[in-house]
Amino acid sequence: MSRKISMKQAINEALDLEMRRDPTVIVMGEDIVGGTGAQGEDDAWGGVLGVTKGLYAKHGDRLMDTPLSESAYIGAAVGAAACGLRPVAELMFLDFMGVCFDQIFNQAAKFRYMFGGKAETPVVIRGMVGAGFRAAAQHSQMLTPLFTHIPGLKVVCPSNAYDAKGLLIQSIRDNDPVIFCEHKNLYGLECEVPAESYAIPFGEANVLRDGDDVTIVSYGLTVHRAMEAAAALAKDGTEAEVIDLRTLSPIDWDTIVESVERTGRLVVVDEAHPRCNLATDIAAFVGQNAFGALKAGIQMVTAPHTPVPFAPSLEDLYVPSADSIASAVKRTLSPKGASPRIAA
Amino acid sequence: MLNERIKPIVMPKWGLSMSEGKVTGWLKRPGSTISIGDELLEVETDKITNVVEAGETGVLRRVLGEPGTVYPVKALIAVLAEPDVPDDDIDAFINSYAVPASEDDGEAEAGPQYHTAETPAGTIRYAKRGESGPTVLLVHGFGGDLDNWLFTIDALAEKATVYALDLPGHGQSNKQIADPSLSGLSKAVLGFLDTVGVERAHFVGHSMGGAVSMRTALDAPGRVASLSLIASAGLGEQIDHGYIQGFVGATSRRDLKPVLETLFADRGLVSRQMIDDLLKYKRLDGVDEALRALSASLFAEGRQASVLASGIADARTPTLVVWGEEDRVIPADHAQALANTAQVAVIPGAGHMVQMEAAGKVNALLKDHIAKAD
Repeated sequence: MSRKISMKQAINEALDLEMRRDPTVIVMGEDIVGGTGAQGEDDAWGGVLGVTKGLYAKHGDRLMDTPLSESAYIGAAVGAAACGLRPVAELMFLDFMGVCFDQIFNQAAKFRYMFGGKAETPVVIRGMVGAGFRAAAQHSQMLTPLFTHIPGLKVVCPSNAYDAKGLLIQSIRDNDPVIFCEHKNLYGLECEVPAESYAIPFGEANVLRDGDDVTIVSYGLTVHRAMEAAAALAKDGTEAEVIDLRTLSPIDWDTIVESVERTGRLVVVDEAHPRCNLATDIAAFVGQNAFGALKAGIQMVTAPHTPVPFAPSLEDLYVPSADSIASAVKRTLSPKGASPRIAA
Repeated sequence: MLNERIKPIVMPKWGLSMSEGKVTGWLKRPGSTISIGDELLEVETDKITNVVEAGETGVLRRVLGEPGTVYPVKALIAVLAEPDVPDDDIDAFINSYAVPASEDDGEAEAGPQYHTAETPAGTIRYAKRGESGPTVLLVHGFGGDLDNWLFTIDALAEKATVYALDLPGHGQSNKQIADPSLSGLSKAVLGFLDTVGVERAHFVGHSMGGAVSMRTALDAPGRVASLSLIASAGLGEQIDHGYIQGFVGATSRRDLKPVLETLFADRGLVSRQMIDDLLKYKRLDGVDEALRALSASLFAEGRQASVLASGIADARTPTLVVWGEEDRVIPADHAQALANTAQVAVIPGAGHMVQMEAAGKVNALLKDHIAKAD
């Protein structure tokens, strides 16, 4: 049965269903119960934004409130995964990952490789990413490129409730460490989600809109901005194909390249900073592998190379907008945007 | 004031969830003389694009639906009338036409669009339309669901009480299949009929659902008033194994799209929404196992395990066989297996999903057959 629920509810439901299915699934993090051992814990917060609310009442001590020490409990989660559990550790704001880089980058991501395939680390580290929440520079970053850079990590960033549920279930069932990035400004967004369990395979992008004139690739919140831009462009007769990556590692190169081979134009939208991000990565890959198909230079739309501003007016300008995406599309269509060497 | 000789053509309602549709183009010009069954225009919904056929005769006096524009269900999109009806009367009719607003209220009173029944085979989702006349049961095929009857259920419900179910392992029914054979599915169907209190029904089966219906007619003849077999399995050994394997194996849109295109004569009918809906179904826990178990039991090594044609010919159940001439999943010549005992109709320009691709023709055949057999 399908009904409309928010992305926050979809994540809660995925955790609940997997905890019911598999007794080795545990959930840990700061305030994910809301004060274990304190009065009223059954009705506690369930994380800073209430994503895990209600799970303690259903699964009891398989949910653990941890000390405010990311390095300690992320290390514990990685160790528990190596020893046979399937922990889902909430890192609250993924901006805090800096204090547990070693546990994630040097340990979890390396075990399978360095132990000759004899160790598996089925840990999920989930938390919030992205700007627009008035949470200032230390709680608003889109650090997805950092995670994607590391071999051995899988990186997921859903754009809607349906994908969030299916991708989180897949993340929990996966035998490798997964960084699950939840855009905080999408938590309230509702869509049709089946009540049953389902898993969306990694490395399979979602084509949200068909078009023959230009390919727009994005993930997370900016997928919605890309769809807005595509709707505006359609009024002027430009049909954009919009690709939602869903997972950044592994990434669905085939869908991107096949689309660009048909449209000849590519705009990549990434909420991360402009250097060494998904946009540059995808632009480079297409430049290397589908150069002959390009009718114009590839355009990238990203956040600027600054910390996320706290001033609301500036923060609103910081995240790529539908207008900036539409302008980038128009640059690929104008004679100036065309690469002279190919235009001939 | 309403002139009985003026016949409105309105945005159709295809299936339970359709609330609006887009006019994509007219196939007849204003002034054309229209006969019943003529293709008038194409309409696109979020599920599918299809042709609207005329249900009445007359001259196409006004075309109001603009190509590229979205209209709510039952909005007036054209007017038919004989040439001697004055233009003023037609304009007055158009000006006074109001889209029936009671549709939502009516549905609220009639309860939800889908129901579930707790049966011995688990939870079964079904739809029920119509309140009078003979009882009809629609049984979909392998990997399908009750929405395969999108263009069928409301048409039949004009003169019948129509049930359409999701078989176990399919749609939104229970995904476990205790016995993945024709007998097992037939028992599940009979268990469903017991639960909803139906003793006897006219069975309409598509593809694998046709074979399930035949199995039921052989095992429980008292429960099957007639058979309508559409592109049915169970009438010969041949089946496109590539389709079955491709459907079971596909996990992405790129894999599934070419597989679904084999279902239709017109590949363009495979819409983004159709692919997305099927992928969402295939991702549900238990579906992969259910489809693999069924295909191993029914279509192992690319051959149909059960051919029931001779039994059905002997059983003398009133039978209609309908096929799309361009069926690429089960060859249309299987229709001839019952040529001596059944009414056989092979429809040109349609593929395996003939009840969708030539809905008007198939619905007319079904209504006629059920009326005669009842």
